[in-house]
Amino acid sequence: MEWSFVIEKFALVTIVFVVTLVIAMYSTLAERKIAGFMQDRYGPDRAGIFGLLQPFCDGGKFFFKEEIIPAGAHKTLFIMGPTIAIITACISSAVIPWGQSLTIGDRVISLQVADVNVGILYMFGVIALGVYGIMLGGWASNNKFSLMGAIRAASQSISYEIAMGLSIIALLMITGSLSLKEIVADQSGFVNWNIWSQPLGFIIFMVCAFAECNRVPFDLPECETELVGGYHTEYSSMKLGLYMFSEYINMFVSSALMASLYFGGYNFPFMNDLGLSENWITILGVLAFFIKIFAFIFFFMWVRWTLPRFRYDQLMNLGWKMLIPLAIANIVLTGIITLIKDTYFS
Amino acid sequence: MSDFITKISPNKPVYEDNDPQDELITLNIGPTHPATHGVFQNVVQIDGERIVSGVSTIGYIHRAFEKIAEHRPFYQITPLTDRLNYCSAPINNMGWHMTVEKLLKIEIPKRVQYMRVIVMELARIADHIICNGILGVDTGAFSGFLYVMQEREFIYEIFEEICGARLTTNIGRIGGFERDFNDIAFAKIEEFLKRFPPVLTEFMELFDRNRIFIERTSGIASVTAEEALDYSWSGPILRATGVDYDIRVQNPYCSYEEFDFDVPVGTKGDVYDRYMVRNEEMRQSMRIIEQALSKIANEPKGVFHADVPEFYLPPKEQVYTNMEALIYHFKIVMGEVETPKAEVYHAVEGANGELGFYLVHDGGRTPYRLHFRRPSFVNYQMFAPMSAGMLLSDAILNMSSLNVIAGELDA
Repeated sequence: MEWSFVIEKFALVTIVFVVTLVIAMYSTLAERKIAGFMQDRYGPDRAGIFGLLQPFCDGGKFFFKEEIIPAGAHKTLFIMGPTIAIITACISSAVIPWGQSLTIGDRVISLQVADVNVGILYMFGVIALGVYGIMLGGWASNNKFSLMGAIRAASQSISYEIAMGLSIIALLMITGSLSLKEIVADQSGFVNWNIWSQPLGFIIFMVCAFAECNRVPFDLPECETELVGGYHTEYSSMKLGLYMFSEYINMFVSSALMASLYFGGYNFPFMNDLGLSENWITILGVLAFFIKIFAFIFFFMWVRWTLPRFRYDQLMNLGWKMLIPLAIANIVLTGIITLIKDTYFS
Repeated sequence: MSDFITKISPNKPVYEDNDPQDELITLNIGPTHPATHGVFQNVVQIDGERIVSGVSTIGYIHRAFEKIAEHRPFYQITPLTDRLNYCSAPINNMGWHMTVEKLLKIEIPKRVQYMRVIVMELARIADHIICNGILGVDTGAFSGFLYVMQEREFIYEIFEEICGARLTTNIGRIGGFERDFNDIAFAKIEEFLKRFPPVLTEFMELFDRNRIFIERTSGIASVTAEEALDYSWSGPILRATGVDYDIRVQNPYCSYEEFDFDVPVGTKGDVYDRYMVRNEEMRQSMRIIEQALSKIANEPKGVFHADVPEFYLPPKEQVYTNMEALIYHFKIVMGEVETPKAEVYHAVEGANGELGFYLVHDGGRTPYRLHFRRPSFVNYQMFAPMSAGMLLSDAILNMSSLNVIAGELDA
C-alpha cells in the first residue's frame, strides 16, 4: 500500500467527519431558525450575526454543565448509550459517494471514503446498531419514562427497518448493485434518476427514514409531553448533547442516502452538456448533492413543525399493515414491469 | 365506554412498585410532568402502554383561598379570584363582583354590564386559545399554538389597557369598573375582532382535517351525556357530550339574555368534540363582543360604575380632595357599611364550566364563609376513573382537553 493513498483517505475521512459534524451543528441552528420562520418569530439571533455562533454556545454550554448519573443507573451502560449512538451515526456516512473523482496531476482521487460493494447493507447494519445506543441508554437510566422511550424506540426501528429494507429491494432489482457508488453512477442524466422508476419505493423509504431518525411524526421515543424526555430523560451535559447530535447526524445521513438512492446523488441535469472539465463537474456535483441534502433536511424540519405525532399503536399499524404490504406490492410491481420491459422492449 | 366507572372500582392508590416481578408498573404522571401543565399528580398502573388504574392526587398548590377569604373584606377577595383560573382571570373577577352585588342588591348600569361582557368574552377566548393550543402541543404539533398565542398576547394588551395588568388582572370594583375603557382599549378591541378570525381559521385548518390529529383525538375519552352529568361536568366539555347547558343562556346574568349567540354542542364527547366546541365558542364570543360594542355605543358615555358610594371604592384623588369620598373610603375599608345577613350563590359560565361563588354573610366586615365552585376541580374528578383502559398517550390528550388549571383545581 502506498503512503499517499493512506494520506489521501485520511484527509478525506477527516473532511467528511468535520463536514458531517459542522452540518449537524448547523442543523440545530437551522431547525430553530426554520421553526422561527414557520412560527412567526425570529429564532436565535443573539450569538453572532443571524445567531451563527449559537451552535458553539450550545456546545460550550453542554460541556460545562454538571454531569449527573442517577444513583440507580447502570454506570457502564449509561455511558455506553450516547457513545454508541454518536459512533454509529458518524460511521454511517463512510459509504456515501460525495462526488465523482478529482484528478490532480496523475492521481485520481475518489470522493468516497470506502467503496464497499455491499454499501447499502453496511448502511443498514450501522443504522440498526444505532438503536442500541437509545435502548441501552434508556434501560440503564433506571427510569420508567426512559425505559418506555427505549422500548418504543426499539420496536419502532425494528418495524420500520423491514419496510425500509423491502423498499430498497425493489430499487436493487432495477439497479442490480448493492454498491452506492454504482447506484449513483447509473443515475447520470435527469431522466435516469431512480425517483422516476421508484416513486412508491421512495415514499416508503422516506417515511421509514423519518421513523428511523425519530423525527416528528414518529418522535415517540422522546415525545416530551408523554414521556418527559423519553430515553434521554436522565441524561445531562454532553451526554445529552451527543444524543441530540446523533439525531441530527442521522438526519443528515438519511438525507444523503435519499438523495443518492433516488435523486441521483451528485448528478445534476445537463452535467455533460456544459463542456466543463472533469474536475469542475465533480465540484459542481458535490454542490448539487449538498443542495439536495439540504432540501431534504429542510423537509424534515418542515414536517416537524407542522404535523402532530402518531400514537404508539397507530405507528405500529402504519408500519406493519400499510408500509410493509405496500413495499411488497412495490417489489412485485417492479418485478412485473422489469420482466415485461426485458421481454418485449429489449 | 360506559362501564369504565365500575371497571376499576375500587380505585386504590398504588404509589410504588413493591413486587419487582409484577406485570404492572406504577408510573407517576406528575407532580412535575410536562403534560400536567401545572402541579398535580396522577399515579397510574400501566401494563405496557395501557393504563390499568389511576388515582389523582391534588392539593400541591392549595393556598386555602376560601379560608383567607374569611378574613378579607369583599374588595380584597378579588385578587384571590385572579389566582383560581389564571388563564381567564377576568371571568373570575366579574363573577365575584356580581356575587357581591347580588348580596348587596346593587343595580348595575347597562353600559357597565356590556363592558363586563366584553371583558369576560375576551377572557374566554384567551382561555380557549390556551386549551386548544396546548392540545395541539400535546399531540406534537407546536406551530398552531404559537399562531394563536400571538392573539392571546393581543388580548392581554387589551386587558393592560383596561386595568393595567395582564395575567392576574384584578379588573373592576364592586359596582363597576375602576375606570372607563379608554379610546385605545376600544380601538384595540375592534382591531382584535378584525385580526383574530383569520388566525383562528388558520389554526383550525392546521388541525381540523389533519388525518393524524383526527386519529389521535376522535373517539378518544368519549363520554356520554349521562356520565358527564353524573360527574357534574359543566362548560365546553359537557357541551361536547351533547348537553346544551350554558349558564349564559339557562340562567342569564349580566344582560346575556340580550345577546344573540349560539351554543355549540358536540355529539360524542371525545377530545375532538371538545376541541371543536371550544373553537366554535371562540367564534361565538367574537359575535357577543361585536354586539356588546354596538350596544355600548347607544348607551350614555362615561358611565363605568353604579352610583353606590357606600360600596364602590372612590378614586384615590377624590379621597384626598373630597370629604364625602374620604368618608366612604374609610367606611368601606374599615368595614363600617351596612351589609345584609344573607347567603347567595352566583354562577357564571367560566371558560371551563360553571364557576360558582357561594357566599354566606353574617353582616360583618368579611364573609362568614365563601366557597368557590371550581369547574376544574369538579371536571377533573372523572379523570382517574376515565383513564383506566386508555393508552398513556390518550390519557394525556384527555387531560389537556379537560383543561385542568392547577390554580383552579386546588384553589
